[in-house]
Amino acid sequence: MPLVTKQGFQPTPEITYVLVEEIGAANQASLAVSVPSDTDAAVLAPHLEKIALIGIDFPSFADGRGFSIALRLRRLGFEGELRARGYLISDQYPHAMACGFDTVEIDDEMAERQPYEQWKAATEKVLPPYRVKRAG
Amino acid sequence: MAKLFKPKIISANDLLAGDVVYMNSGYGWTRKLAEAAIAHDENAADALLEKAEPQQDKVVGPYLADVALDDDGRPFPTHFREKFRTRGPSNRVDLGKQATNPERREPLAASGGI
Amino acid sequence: MYRYDEFDAAYVKNRVKNFREQVNRRIDGSLTEDEFKPLRLMNGLYLQLHAYMLRVAIPYGTLNSRQMRTLAMIATKYDKGYGHLTTRQNIQYNWPALKDVPDILDDLADVEMHAIQTSGNCIRNVTADHFAGAAADEIEDPRPTAEIVRQWSTEHPEFLYLPRKFKVAVTGSPNDRAVTKAHDIGLRMLRNNAGEPGYEVIVGGGLGRSPFVGKVVRDFLPKADLLPYLEAILRVYNLQGRRDNKYKARIKILVHETGTDELRAMIEEEFAKMDGPSIALDPSEIERIENYFAPPQFSDLPAESVALSAAKAADAEFATWVDVNTDAHKQSGYTIVTVSAKAIGEAPGDLTTAQMNVIADLAEQYSHDELRISHEQNAILPHVKLDDLPAVHAALVEAGLATANANLISDIIACPGLDYCALATARSIPVAQDIQRRFSDPVRAKAIGEFKIKISGCINACGHHHVGHVGILGLEKAGIENYQITLGGDHTETTAIGDRAGPGFSFEQVGPAIERLVDAYISLRADESERFIDTYRRLGLEPFKAALYNEEKEAA
Ligand code: SF4
Repeated sequence: MPLVTKQGFQPTPEITYVLVEEIGAANQASLAVSVPSDTDAAVLAPHLEKIALIGIDFPSFADGRGFSIALRLRRLGFEGELRARGYLISDQYPHAMACGFDTVEIDDEMAERQPYEQWKAATEKVLPPYRVKRAG
Repeated sequence: MAKLFKPKIISANDLLAGDVVYMNSGYGWTRKLAEAAIAHDENAADALLEKAEPQQDKVVGPYLADVALDDDGRPFPTHFREKFRTRGPSNRVDLGKQATNPERREPLAASGGI
Repeated sequence: MYRYDEFDAAYVKNRVKNFREQVNRRIDGSLTEDEFKPLRLMNGLYLQLHAYMLRVAIPYGTLNSRQMRTLAMIATKYDKGYGHLTTRQNIQYNWPALKDVPDILDDLADVEMHAIQTSGNCIRNVTADHFAGAAADEIEDPRPTAEIVRQWSTEHPEFLYLPRKFKVAVTGSPNDRAVTKAHDIGLRMLRNNAGEPGYEVIVGGGLGRSPFVGKVVRDFLPKADLLPYLEAILRVYNLQGRRDNKYKARIKILVHETGTDELRAMIEEEFAKMDGPSIALDPSEIERIENYFAPPQFSDLPAESVALSAAKAADAEFATWVDVNTDAHKQSGYTIVTVSAKAIGEAPGDLTTAQMNVIADLAEQYSHDELRISHEQNAILPHVKLDDLPAVHAALVEAGLATANANLISDIIACPGLDYCALATARSIPVAQDIQRRFSDPVRAKAIGEFKIKISGCINACGHHHVGHVGILGLEKAGIENYQITLGGDHTETTAIGDRAGPGFSFEQVGPAIERLVDAYISLRADESERFIDTYRRLGLEPFKAALYNEEKEAA
């Protein structure tokens, strides 16, 4: 399973995700938490300190809930890694990054069909004017 | 099974041009319904669809459509939506397939259904 | 009107380049059709019954002559010599080839136009009052707001994959011509008690399978809070809107199932957490946008035009057209002209290349180079001197654009229906044409008075049938086209969803049924000033239902 990163495709390291409801019981630091797309980001608020990675599910690339969840998590102050998991296409990569994601997990078939150049090219698109003005 | 089965053809839209196409017996695509491969039973219909679906590089949205057969065994559409697809807009007979294919200009009522 | 700055220009040009690449990636197999589809839709490209269809945005219905000439040129160069005005202030081309679409978009970009977000499950082209900037009853021009919303919503990274499409409409006049209560968000510009400008925010209106009149979630939203508040609504919708059923995915269903108060609380909670200043535009940027919409340099003219009065006295046909197709302008000596794209027997909203060019010429010569496209599928010359009306009329007559039927029975809204649309269950256009022919006598049509017929070819209701005084919905029943009639709908500030009259009619029966309905109305109305909708409200469904279903008597 390749991981799309700013540096290129990388192999996705083996990670054990815990579920949101398991966080309270888990006592190690640097947790990786798996977040389904119907999660209310607020339930993670008390635990953000001990989370290093949040993987947000995209059941379909046409299901944009993950973008709002990511934004809410960043607004709550989460500074660890946000990873989109499931199904995104390269054209969505810049949108995912704008919403606070760092990485995207894709499958081998997708990596073959949409090689890294396509993901990189997507990040080089000109931003819409409102985004430019807000950023500047 | 065969008793209730309505003959079927595969229709889709051409990827590049967008116009209505039908799958022929060589699993290629034709603009003419008369040249469409006809499935006379369920298995044949499934087989045609199986040949059509992977052809994403040529067509969009292949599907099975019911047809009836005239005395010469040529297919004609039974549903009015498919009739329009063989012709073009009913308010502009100068456009679409009907523009180049005068036999498609027969009034809709004559072929039944409306 | 708004002009692109360097950011707009660079973005739109680059977007065309991206789309060109996406088309190539679709052809080379990098993108599957399932993946390509939302991308092409977000660039206005549909696949319809007979061909692709490109839907070009005319943001808030405003354009100039150069843009109109480009639309005309595209119709000839890439299409079949005509375009279709839609109920969302777009123009559709019905026959483009996939490979030509990037070139069309390039030509559009050259005149500051695009097809961005005219389809797809995203925030769609923002619509506004088609008399914006001209109407005598206007409190404030809605277009700067619409432009701000356009900029904010364009490729908003969070809101491109919503549960369903999302439509925003803005009106700056208490007489709502933008159907704001039938939109996902309707914004009504108003002033609070302190005289400050702001908006009434209406959420959850919509037509389609389950029609709803929008609910007010904020009586008064200060102007500066506009974008943060919209962002709060959209975030709540993106997270909470249903994704399990396409027919339940619009925000109207969320409002309905959650309850207005509960949803309002959710929106307000989200809004309270927003970092408003990071979302709102700088006041200087807002001012820059507003300045583009400054009124043109009007001349000082008397309220009465001698030339016009003389021309009206000399030509009854012209006089009728002036009475029917012009509206009160805020500037003395000027008027708003509705250019009817509803010639008797023509497809409602269709304009040929030649007609588009004539309209462009007239805009340039007589209307400060400005045009509007109305959701009622007509073109508008917003700033015409009363003195110039005879010349404008003469040119329109020549081009087949002078039908004196604005707001009358033959000014029918009709969606493309089964003559073009892949989703249709029945035809719309020929139904409209039949009704137009039955009421082609201008004297009779004027005697009937305001009469809004709206026709959709399926439950998606692009033809706004629910809010027509008479709504006609084309369905399929037992393998043939069947038309359901609703009565008493209203698209204005007093929005109402029409009542279903009863069983549907066959294609051939619709026209005669409408004739019976009109005859009943004429005999039942209190006097000539009582519009059909008023008579309907006074008497209710029954007498009209009786007329509609009174075929036996007719036949006898
Ligand atoms: S109402 Fe239905 S038929 Fe008409 S344009 Fe919309 S989707 Fe197509």
